[in-house]
Amino acid sequence: MATSSSTEKLPRVLIVKRPDAMAVLGDGFVASTKFEILKAFESPLPLPEFLAYHSDSISAIIAPVAAPVTADLIRILPNLRLVVTTSAGVDHVDLVECRRRGISVANAGSSFSEDVADTAVGLLIDVFRRISAANRFVKQRFWPVKGDYPLGSKLGRKRIGIVGLGSIGSKVATRLEAFGCQISYSSRNRKPCVPYHYYMDIEEMAATSDALIICCELNEKTLRLINKDVLSALGKRGVIVNVARGAIIDEEEMVRCLREGEIGGAGLDVFEDEPNVPKELFELDNVVFSPHSAFMTLEGLEELGKVVVGNIEAFFSNKPLLTPVL
Amino acid sequence: MAESSEPPVVLLHRPPSLTFMDEILTREFRTLITDTSSSESLPSFFPRHASSARAFVISGRLPVTDELLSHLPSLQILVCTSVGIDHIDLAACKRRGIVITNAGNAFSDDVADCAVGLLISVLRRIPAADRYVRAGNWAKFGDFQLGSKVSGKRVGIVGLGSIGSFVAKRLESFGCVISYNSRSQKQSSPYRYYSDILSLAENNDVLVLCCSLTDETHHIVNREVMESLGKDGVVINVGRGKLIDEKEMVKCLVEGVIGGAGLDVFENEPAVPEELFGLDNVVLSPHFAVATPGSLDNVAQIALANLKAFFSNRPLLSPVQLD
Repeated sequence: MATSSSTEKLPRVLIVKRPDAMAVLGDGFVASTKFEILKAFESPLPLPEFLAYHSDSISAIIAPVAAPVTADLIRILPNLRLVVTTSAGVDHVDLVECRRRGISVANAGSSFSEDVADTAVGLLIDVFRRISAANRFVKQRFWPVKGDYPLGSKLGRKRIGIVGLGSIGSKVATRLEAFGCQISYSSRNRKPCVPYHYYMDIEEMAATSDALIICCELNEKTLRLINKDVLSALGKRGVIVNVARGAIIDEEEMVRCLREGEIGGAGLDVFEDEPNVPKELFELDNVVFSPHSAFMTLEGLEELGKVVVGNIEAFFSNKPLLTPVL
Repeated sequence: MAESSEPPVVLLHRPPSLTFMDEILTREFRTLITDTSSSESLPSFFPRHASSARAFVISGRLPVTDELLSHLPSLQILVCTSVGIDHIDLAACKRRGIVITNAGNAFSDDVADCAVGLLISVLRRIPAADRYVRAGNWAKFGDFQLGSKVSGKRVGIVGLGSIGSFVAKRLESFGCVISYNSRSQKQSSPYRYYSDILSLAENNDVLVLCCSLTDETHHIVNREVMESLGKDGVVINVGRGKLIDEKEMVKCLVEGVIGGAGLDVFENEPAVPEELFGLDNVVLSPHFAVATPGSLDNVAQIALANLKAFFSNRPLLSPVQLD
C-alpha cells in the first residue's frame, strides 16, 4: 500500500488490450506493490487520447499478441524503457525500433512450454490415431450402424521432425521419445549435447519424416518456411502439427495439399488470420482444429503472471530481467 | 510327441474382414478356416472336419465354451489374438489340459498410446475444442474454455501389466506422478503401490484402467471409487467396459461427481449410453485402441511363434496362467 508520504512514484505500466490471462485470472494476474497498471481498455477515453494523456508517465508496456507494440506506439511514449510480452513469441513487437531506443524486451519465457508441448503431442496422437474423428463417429451414433472405425496409424518408430528445438520443441521431443518415436530437428543452429539428428535443410528433414511439428518463433527467416516444396517432401502420409504461428506455414498451399490428399493430415493450433480458419478443411476428418489454446491452462497462466511481474519488478529495481529477449 | 511328416492341423476362426493371418498360417500348417459369417455352425462343422485339429487360433472374441471344446477332441492349444481371455471357459480348458496363449505384448504399445491420447484429449478438451472451431464459435464467441494441465498430474494406473507399464513410461515423460494398484505389488516397479483402488482414487487426479476383466475386477470402479476420485478427477478405460459400473459412471459424469472420462470400451458394445453423447468432457472411441496395422502384424507374428514353439516342444511366448 503506497503511503501518502511516499515521494517515489511507482513505475506505470500500460496495457492496451486485456490479455487472455487477465480475462481468466482478473487483476490479480499482474498485481504488484512495485508498479501501477494503466488499463487503456477500461478507460472511457478513445485510445489515442488516453495515450496522449498518459504518454509521458508510461515506462513499461505489457503486450499481449492482440496489441502489437509498433514503431508508432513506441514513438509517442518518450519514457518507455521496457516491453514485456504475455507470449513466448515477440513477433508482435517492433524489435528494430526497441533496439534503436534502447528499450528492453522480455517474453513469457518457458511459462507455457509444457502446456504447448502437451497439446502438440495431443494433436499428433489425435491425427494419427483419429481420436477426435472417432469421438464424432461414436457420438453421432454410427458405431452400431457402420461397424468398426477405420484403422489409425501406429505411433511407435514414427520419424518426427521438430522445427525449432527451443523450450517447447525439446519438451515435445522428450515426450515423443517415450512413445518410441525417432526424433530429428531443424533449428537455426545445431544444438550441442542433443541426441537427435540435426537437419540444416528443412526440406530434407520433411522428406525423411512421418510428421513435422512446428515449434519455432516467427521471424523473417521462418515466415512461410513450410512451403510447397516442404509439404511435397513430407508427402501423402505425412502429418503436420503447428503450435507456433500460423504464418510459418503457407496456409493456402497447406489447405490445397490437405484437400487433394498430398499430405496425410494436420493438427493446427494457430492460423494466419485468427480466429478465422480455412473452412474448406471442415469436411476433412484428418484435420484437428484447436483455437490457439495450446498455452491455456490455469497453471500456465498463473506461471505467466509470475514471470511478467517478476520481469517488471526486476527491471525497476535494476536487476537483470528474468526472461530477456532484448 | 510322434514325428509326423504332415504339418499339424490348425483351425482358424475369424471375421471375414480380418484376414491378416490367413497367409502366414496356411504357409506353415494345414489350416482350416472358418469365419464368423459362415452359415454352418461350429458344433456342426467341427466333428466332421476338425477332429484332428490340435490347435485353434481365434481372431476376435468367439465365446469358447465347454460344449464347443467337446467337439475338438484333439485340441491341445488355444491361440487368442486378444489380450483379454474373459470370453473363454478357463476351467474347462484346464480340465481338458488345453494351454492358452494370448496376444502378449502385441497390442501394448498401441493401447498405451491410445490411453495417453485419450487422457490428453479429455484434460485439454481437444475434441471439444475441435468441434467449437468447426461450428464457427471461435470467430463468434472468442476463446474456448480452459483445459486442465497434463504435465505433472498424479496418475493412478489400475493393473501394471505391459499396457499399464507402457502407459506409465509415457506419462513419466510428461512429469506425471505415477502410482498403481494391482493384484500384488511389483517389487521391481519404481512407482508407489496402493493396495486398494479406493486409496488409489483418493490420491490421484486420473485413473487409467489397464487390467484384465475377472470376477475380482468386475465393476471395480464403482460409485464409491468415483466419489473418491472427485469432481476434477478423470477416468480412462482401455481395459474392458465391465471394469466400470457403467450406469453409475454415467450418473457421476452427468452430476459432476467426476470431471471427465476417456472410454475405448463399454459394457455392451457397440451400444454406448446416450447421455454421454452430449458431454464435452467425455471422449469416446469404438474399441479401437488396438487398431493399427502394426499391431495386427505383431499379433500374427506372436500367434505364429506360439504355434511353432508348441509344435516343437519349446516354451510358449505368451502363455496365460490358468489358476
